[in-house]
Amino acid sequence: MTNERPSGHEQQKPLLEITNLKKYFPIEKGLLRRVVGYVRAVDDVSLSVYRGKTMGLVGESGSGKTTLAHCVLRAYDLTEGEIIFRPGDQEYRLNELEAKELRQVRPHMQMIFQDPYSSLDPRKTVYDIVSEPLRLNGATRDAALDQRVRDLLEAVGLDYRHMKRYPHAFSGGQRQRVGIARALALNPALIVCDEPVSALDVSVQAQILNLLSDLQAQLNLTYLFIAHNLRVIQHICDDVAVMYVGKLMERARTDDLFRNPRHPYTEALLSAIPIPDPDRPLPEQGLEGELPDPANPPPGCYFHPRCRYAQAICQVEAPPWLETEPQHFSRCHFARELPLQGSI
Amino acid sequence: MIPQPQVRHDQAPVTESDLLLQVRDLRTYFRLDEGMLKAVDGISFNVYRNRVLGMVGESGCGKSVTAQSILQIVPKPGVVQGEMLWHRDGQTVDIGGLDPESEEMRAIRGNEIAMIFQEPMTAFSPVHTVGNQLMEAYFVHGKLDEAEARARAVELLDLVGIPAADRRVDEYTFQLSGGMRQRAMIAMAMMNRPRMLIADEPTTALDVTIQAQILRLIRRLQAETGAAVLFISHNLGAVANLANDVAVMYRGKIVEFGTVRQVLKNPQHPYTVALLQSIPGFGYRRGDRLQSIRGSVGVPIDPPDECPFRGRCDRFDPALCGGSMPASVEVEPGHQVACVLYEARS
Repeated sequence: MTNERPSGHEQQKPLLEITNLKKYFPIEKGLLRRVVGYVRAVDDVSLSVYRGKTMGLVGESGSGKTTLAHCVLRAYDLTEGEIIFRPGDQEYRLNELEAKELRQVRPHMQMIFQDPYSSLDPRKTVYDIVSEPLRLNGATRDAALDQRVRDLLEAVGLDYRHMKRYPHAFSGGQRQRVGIARALALNPALIVCDEPVSALDVSVQAQILNLLSDLQAQLNLTYLFIAHNLRVIQHICDDVAVMYVGKLMERARTDDLFRNPRHPYTEALLSAIPIPDPDRPLPEQGLEGELPDPANPPPGCYFHPRCRYAQAICQVEAPPWLETEPQHFSRCHFARELPLQGSI
Repeated sequence: MIPQPQVRHDQAPVTESDLLLQVRDLRTYFRLDEGMLKAVDGISFNVYRNRVLGMVGESGCGKSVTAQSILQIVPKPGVVQGEMLWHRDGQTVDIGGLDPESEEMRAIRGNEIAMIFQEPMTAFSPVHTVGNQLMEAYFVHGKLDEAEARARAVELLDLVGIPAADRRVDEYTFQLSGGMRQRAMIAMAMMNRPRMLIADEPTTALDVTIQAQILRLIRRLQAETGAAVLFISHNLGAVANLANDVAVMYRGKIVEFGTVRQVLKNPQHPYTVALLQSIPGFGYRRGDRLQSIRGSVGVPIDPPDECPFRGRCDRFDPALCGGSMPASVEVEPGHQVACVLYEARS
């Protein structure tokens, strides 16, 4: 798994290199909080994200996307594995860093949250919210800070004259812009976007997606982009990783994944997107059932109970991570031969 | 997975006898300190047996308030005006003229017209079992046989695809997953064999796979029961899959109306066009700029008499759009558009 080649950046080392990452949450029972099992929220994931690119993470709720992102930000300690982060010329092994060192790395990695209503402090003005990361890192309230906040608000398409207002005075889309301005304040190399547009109306969603693309082009930003909406993923991501019960099921360049999915789960996700055209209805048969309990996943391939192509081997043997074509990986016994339908 | 061809009847003629609900000039206003909030401002539409009417538009366009108005559950200080003629068994009742607290309204609400809400976690009580809540829907409408109620609850939970329904009936809603809770909510709405079902964003909080399951379920139940469905959603893909007719709402007004084909395949109002264009994926290549709609819907407090979309419209023309709210014009049979571009032509 470690010899994955980057997409089009053969010479460059990845900005973010995740190797065999595991995050298990213990399940405790009884008065003595005895550990009776583990929820394998992220189970042996390896992934590289290159500078200036967007890596999409998709999967149903509970598949481990957000846990993976939180591990990258070291909001959680890892159970196992390695995360290398290379902002600028330095190289950090995030999994080894202590709190003090982490404080030096964190300005390089920021996050944009899903819910623009609960992620902004209602008692702080937009000025306070956007300038807070700068002040926490030593900036003082002076003319230079004012100017920086103005520039940030302008970069995200907000009127700086509104910077003394509180979040409630802004619409959902504008609040999401405030969240983006705050994330940009410290010139990060990596931004983790956790469902940044799923709470927004489609017209406003388009504004925010355009803004994220523009900012990426201007500032050479790298995004780790979590979404369950595959159309959004298709639009904004260079590469996509599909997660299911803590494991990567497929990883490919976006166009390859949509045109030629090599995992039945990806095919099922693609076929479930309703198309705004009455002549292209959802198939009569779709993916039934729900995600298995990650504390007690099925044997063999985790997806086999819901898979329409499942064979005897899928129930007993975990599938290998196969490279079906250059840069295209799938965790399916039959990744090379299944006739799977894409969606363009 | 190969899409199956399906019989769709959005072109089938609708007959007078299938008319179930006639909404005429519905106005739901909220008197606030800041002024009069006109959440729904003079809309008219018909709901037919065995047909699905999709209602689309962004948040804040008045879709949910329309649903609340039909059921007379508009929160205070909302006031509902207008006619809502409910036709059943040769009788006609004007829901708009009923006291929300009256016996007659209670006999309609949850019984003849049932509702599926967006957030199944908050719509259910956490301290009663799923079965008791389903049976409650039965008892409040005067049906008292407990064994029969329980049997019906199990039957419906089974019908909506909840595995081991006879066991799940005694569980609490927090023991169910989000998709299962939404199924249970649909089962509850179906308890009294409603003639009309209002589904308010029933799939918004769900994963795409579960959303597809719920859409298929509503489609199947609708076909089996022949009920009318008012399907409210901002997801045009979901609407394309369920609706026969589509009403596009903007700031309390219906700006476009037609069959699902007319509205989605041949959109006329600049708002409908812009909504369809802002969906990523279709017709776009990766990295293309998405067509967005600038600004946001805003709150219609004391809205002036003018086109509500003019401030965000790409085709705004000061010479044309300066006047009052354009009247609805029929651009083809059954396809109506309230935009000055078409008003001027006719």
